[in-house]
Amino acid sequence: MHIFVFLLRQTIFFSMPLLISAIGAMFSELSGIVNIALEGIMILGAFSGILFINQLQDKIHGQTLLLIAILISALVGIFFSLIHGYASIKFKANQIISGTAINLFAPAFSVYISRMIFSIKQISFKNQFIIKKIFLLNKIPFLGEIFFTQTYITVFISFFILFLSWLVVYKTRFGLRLRACGENPNAADIVGIEVSKMQYIATAISGALAGVSGLTFIIPTSTQFDGNVAGYGFLALAVLIFGQWRPDKILFASFLFGFLKAISTSYSEIMFLKKISISSYFYKSLPYIIILIVLIWTSKNTKPPNALGKIYDSNEN
Amino acid sequence: MIKRTKVKEIFLSDFFFSCSSVLIGLFIGFLIMLLTNPAQSIAGILTILFSPMINLRDIEQVLNIAPSIILTGLSVCFANKIGLFNIGSSGQFILGAYFAVWCGVKINFINNSLHFVLAILLSIIFGAFCGSIPGILKAFYNVNEVISSIMINYISMYLVNFMIKKNIFDVTKNHSKKILDSAVTPKLMIDNFFFGSSVNLNIFISIVAAVVIYIILEKTLFGFEIKTCGFNHYVARYIGINEKKILILTMTISGALSGLGGGLLYLSNTGNNLQVIDSLAQEGFTGISVALLASNDPIVIIFSGLFIAYLIVGGFNTQIYNFAPQLIEIITAIIIYSSTFIFLIKKYFSKNKK
Repeated sequence: MHIFVFLLRQTIFFSMPLLISAIGAMFSELSGIVNIALEGIMILGAFSGILFINQLQDKIHGQTLLLIAILISALVGIFFSLIHGYASIKFKANQIISGTAINLFAPAFSVYISRMIFSIKQISFKNQFIIKKIFLLNKIPFLGEIFFTQTYITVFISFFILFLSWLVVYKTRFGLRLRACGENPNAADIVGIEVSKMQYIATAISGALAGVSGLTFIIPTSTQFDGNVAGYGFLALAVLIFGQWRPDKILFASFLFGFLKAISTSYSEIMFLKKISISSYFYKSLPYIIILIVLIWTSKNTKPPNALGKIYDSNEN
Repeated sequence: MIKRTKVKEIFLSDFFFSCSSVLIGLFIGFLIMLLTNPAQSIAGILTILFSPMINLRDIEQVLNIAPSIILTGLSVCFANKIGLFNIGSSGQFILGAYFAVWCGVKINFINNSLHFVLAILLSIIFGAFCGSIPGILKAFYNVNEVISSIMINYISMYLVNFMIKKNIFDVTKNHSKKILDSAVTPKLMIDNFFFGSSVNLNIFISIVAAVVIYIILEKTLFGFEIKTCGFNHYVARYIGINEKKILILTMTISGALSGLGGGLLYLSNTGNNLQVIDSLAQEGFTGISVALLASNDPIVIIFSGLFIAYLIVGGFNTQIYNFAPQLIEIITAIIIYSSTFIFLIKKYFSKNKK
């Protein structure tokens, strides 16, 4: 029982970053922009947040520090996603290429800066953000143990983001317009929606969420950052496709992969898996193998936004 | 009149625009150096620009790094001709590298240069295999090739780590075992030309590969079919091209090129050994830079590969001025980013000047 709770807690820690960055990618893809730069933006978000925590952890404490760091990660994420957006919306450049440029830039930049400051590539931080238990809520059987003991504020922020984005996409005028831009930018333009403005906003949202997601990935699972987020940005794109560009399915998909990732890191503590003694490399590659299989299974019937990745030029028509 | 059009042609040539994006990259790189270490920034940028051509050792080093990134660049370029983005070059590279090294260590009954040929063949075959998977998934199951190749990158990385540990690991040195002499890339007198240095056949193999890819793309029916599919698949289907077959073949050849790159790097006996680390092979991603910088022209890739290898060596040398070598990756990323819209600026100019 104890190990089961532990595994589920780990699952939440691993699936929240996937959830937020996939939701972010959903916004930009619904508007028609492929944000393959997620991985890079996650790295830069995590880097700036962790650097901030590292520098100020003796002056500011606890949740305040974390919340400011989250804000910084979001701002850095917005900045870099707008760099990507500028190339792909304003200059109508190939979206894959400008995203790849950011993906190449991010790990190099964060390792470069930390080596220039600390002369090693790791930035370490004291983990003072864990919430031991939340009063009363931790008494709820089972759920209390998983969600409300030994948890982080980022978990609740993630669920809040999920709820909010569902509301925005399906219940507001903004969401409707956003989806119109990705489905048929021509029609959206004709009825008076500013397509490029919507795309900028969507890209900025995806950047903010990816930046936060990078920090959310590092804080509960490590005490140092060394310029990578283990391919989570790319995994988030896979989760997005598997989740069919819909918040509810994205939640399910990210839980699935979070669970697999949790197994791959803590399989040695699960008795019956330890007894089988399969190589650790198998468990490490398991999430990626399963994603590949799931993609084969679902891709045939996926229906991405119609104008995804296509460059809309209002002057052309 | 004639002179003026010539000037205009030079101004609007791809070469000019590639150069200007390189300049932007170097300039921003210099700014970053200025901000992080102002005292030594001038010395640092001069080291990047000029140090590799002064020292014979560094020239050798450029010629040793270049072949594998030229090949991964060709791999990215070739897939790009059909409109696919081969970000899986890294996985194909490492799988090819592993099987070449495995052959170099384990096959001990061949002791002439056939051993080298066999190792290279294995690297090509396994690179091709690894490349064909995203191709097949794309053709038959409509799986996005970018996502599937990234997953395959991680899977092959863990697979290779597992196999190194199991089969060819040298515990005392903490990397793969030394390959047998018969599997080392032959030097064929080339080293005499470079005063007994470590330069070997690799650079010529990569140049030949670039020429072959150029011929396939420009002079054969297969190349025409690839480009037609990349240009417009409705047209391709209409004129009776078997799109799925072409797509899978293209990805297979693309994978083979990356695999060959991996094999060549680790067979060249220049101090490169396979290590068990949980990070993707960087050469695959450098290949993307190489291909994009050359705007996907196989012949230009030879030069852009040499150029990036030159920058890498220069960046390595800046460590004596306390700069981290990651600076070069930052510069190449900025070069790529600026090249995405610099060609559009060009289009804009050529439209207006008509």
